[in-house]
Amino acid sequence: MPTQPDTEDGQSAFARALFDPSAEPPTDLAHIGGVVPRKRFNVYRNNVIVSLTESLAAAFPTVRKLVGEEFFRAMAGVYIRAHPPESPVMIHYGSRFPDWVAGFEPAGSVPYLADIARLERARRQAYHAADAVALEAEALSAIRPEHVANVVIDVHPSARVVGSKHPIFSIWRSVNGDETARPTAGHGEDVLVARPDETVEMRSLPVGAATFITSLSSGAALGEAAAAATQDNARFDLAQSIGGLLESRIMTGLRLGPDTLAAAEIT
Amino acid sequence: MSGFASDARIPSRAGVGLKAEHYAEIEAGGFETDGAAWFEIHAENYMGDGGPPHAHLRKIRDQFPISVHGVGLSIGAEVGVDPEHLSRLSKVVANYQPGLFSEHLAWSTHETGFLNDLLPVPYTEAVVQRVSAHIAQVQDAVGRRMLLENPSTYVRFETSTMSELEFLKEVADRSDCGLLLDINNVFVSATNHGYSPEEYLDAFPLKRVGEIHLGGHAEDEDDLGDRLLIDAHDREVADPVWTLYERVLATIGPRPTLIEWDNDVPAWAELDAEARRANRVLDKYRDLAGRGHADAA
Repeated sequence: MPTQPDTEDGQSAFARALFDPSAEPPTDLAHIGGVVPRKRFNVYRNNVIVSLTESLAAAFPTVRKLVGEEFFRAMAGVYIRAHPPESPVMIHYGSRFPDWVAGFEPAGSVPYLADIARLERARRQAYHAADAVALEAEALSAIRPEHVANVVIDVHPSARVVGSKHPIFSIWRSVNGDETARPTAGHGEDVLVARPDETVEMRSLPVGAATFITSLSSGAALGEAAAAATQDNARFDLAQSIGGLLESRIMTGLRLGPDTLAAAEIT
Repeated sequence: MSGFASDARIPSRAGVGLKAEHYAEIEAGGFETDGAAWFEIHAENYMGDGGPPHAHLRKIRDQFPISVHGVGLSIGAEVGVDPEHLSRLSKVVANYQPGLFSEHLAWSTHETGFLNDLLPVPYTEAVVQRVSAHIAQVQDAVGRRMLLENPSTYVRFETSTMSELEFLKEVADRSDCGLLLDINNVFVSATNHGYSPEEYLDAFPLKRVGEIHLGGHAEDEDDLGDRLLIDAHDREVADPVWTLYERVLATIGPRPTLIEWDNDVPAWAELDAEARRANRVLDKYRDLAGRGHADAA
């Protein structure tokens, strides 16, 4: 059989017309009874926008509750056309959504919306992050004092810190039915998001702790991370933050230098 | 060696598409033994690094065989198959040891990104060559025979030079893949394009069919006010689709049959009732097992 070149058969035109509601359907579609098949082509347009809108709604449910269904769908439509997915793995779709929301003027009256989107993005990432087993409390408490400052802590792959000048944790809880949540305007909140087991957990962080955990995550030793946190806020409380690490179960390993050591070797 | 307690092989019984809404009930087990006997996953939902989806799937895979159904490989794409996505898909198959592995005759990826819908291809010799080459590439990478699913379509192309059936036969022969016969798609496409679903099925290369899909469709109108069916997967399987299903089983005997219900997902009992209905039909044709079983899957 003779080989023919793989000719362009119009997928570029098809893709362009999908995202442009004012465009005519691709010219290579068969007419129906002499008529351009607009409604038929619109089935594909509708499928693309509706399915991607639902992906965003599943990833950002609190954003949707805050702005309402109608506004969310309109906003999602604009985002989808600006940033269609780069990969078929839809559980990761929406990585640019929080930053994009920050610049989306019609949502400007909800100044904390982008940070709520960041929080939800962190929750989604934590949900799908790699699994790891948290260390027991004894592992840390048994470290010899002269080693403490140099210990490098492996932070759970699901752990993420979201900082905000808005009370995002209280807002998130309030919108999702926690009647004890009392968002205070102008009171910023830093949130630790992690999934030590099956459930994504969140906790509000004390001052400096966001810097402390972020430093640890990037590989800084305990002493270094504590110094960075103290520099960030002089009221940083190391003992309290180490207690928080244990409670949130996000420490998965302890090392001195590049080699992973069993706790016994450090102690 | 699968590493799972359950056999990998998919029986010629009814299965259902696995939904997160039903994890707990499926894991608890104890549902009617004449209901779902296996589960199908959308590969892309299990492409995260870890977390609850994998934890649940491991538990379910220990009790049931599963099949892996890709929805994002874009086998018909001009831009080719994305090697990164193919490697993610291979990993899902290697991890969960499915009894069957399938993908669609469609495209969804272009230079502009991923379009998240199963878009149609024209039926030409050039596209036969492209799709066959992509399937060969996929079967090589995944190390499995692939089942290619017939599409539901809403438009036809002026440029097509052959029928959908001729196209599918040609691709299956050249790439030696199996076929996934979606009977709802046959009914939807036949209605939308005005041909007979019975004639289509009678001429379908049934020996290559390793799995059957049944799903629900919605109804709309086209530009002329004619009936236009939408492959919505949001309700029960329609009666004419059950009738066509019997027509196929009468010819080839029972095959693994999946109930697809992906939108407006019902309570577990309602979904499992559809599986029980499919099992009752399969049982009617059980004595035909062995007839026509040839090289599928």
